[in-house]
Amino acid sequence: MKVVWVIGAFVALVVLLAVGLRLDPREVPSPLIDKPAPQFELPLLNAPDKTFSQKQMLGSVWVLNVWASWCPPCLEELPVVTELARSGIAPVIGLNYKDAREDALPWLKRNGDPYKLSVYDAEGRIGIDYGVYGVPETYVIDRAGLIRYKHIGPLTPEVVQKKLQPLVKELASRG
Amino acid sequence: MVRIFLLLAFFVGHALAVDESALDRRVTEIGAELRCLVCQNQTIADSQASLAVDLRNQIREQLKSGKSEQEIKDYMVARYGDFVLYRPPLKPATVALWLGPFVLLLIGIGLFYRRVARRRAPEPQLSQADRERAAKLLE
Repeated sequence: MKVVWVIGAFVALVVLLAVGLRLDPREVPSPLIDKPAPQFELPLLNAPDKTFSQKQMLGSVWVLNVWASWCPPCLEELPVVTELARSGIAPVIGLNYKDAREDALPWLKRNGDPYKLSVYDAEGRIGIDYGVYGVPETYVIDRAGLIRYKHIGPLTPEVVQKKLQPLVKELASRG
Repeated sequence: MVRIFLLLAFFVGHALAVDESALDRRVTEIGAELRCLVCQNQTIADSQASLAVDLRNQIREQLKSGKSEQEIKDYMVARYGDFVLYRPPLKPATVALWLGPFVLLLIGIGLFYRRVARRRAPEPQLSQADRERAAKLLE
């Protein structure tokens, strides 16, 4: 009887540790899910005299990808973002976060520019409104302008295939 | 005239400095209640991460514009979730967090008492002969 208890407690502990150690403490659930995407009106990265607002995307499902030239994981996820943009399921807009134009523009030139356009958030104010804390971050925003999904850290082909693509398709089919 | 002006400048400067340092203290006070999300075991007041610096500036600006501590915390929670608060509110999602340790403590105390109770062996029953032998040994 006692042995059963000890083994039971041991197994419970192992399960607890196995689950606990797999959780990523950086994946903090965002309070912004299902809330309207915070408003912004920012200059374009490549054209400082033009601005872009999230309002212009109302009516379509789109992806907002937060990136910076100083962020190595952004370079790492770039092929995945490129693939996503190329698949054409949703427009991908870049939010260039706390970066400098003279660094960001050559970065895109060097590595390829997958974005429909990138907006320039030099001070990271809009980043704060979106709860950005670990670049890169990716948001899926629906036709009504609600944030439906947030991914923190570099996108992987698995995340795109298993979460992002099905969600975008579902949101798009909802009309 | 110049002297009066300098004196005045000194007092105004002094008053401003006191004001600034009081503001700094408030920023630190509020920042100490908020978790820095980039470096999760530090507070926004402690951390030198660039996001923490930005958020400290946010706190400072909002204090200057007359926002209360609660309004500033609400602003942070709206963006980063309850996780930013070092003292999260008690609500269904956080019940386990608040009560878990006490429940574990109670379970521990219960197990401890059960063990102690079980270990308390009954008084040995001594026969007359045993008592006599013991008395002899003790003499």
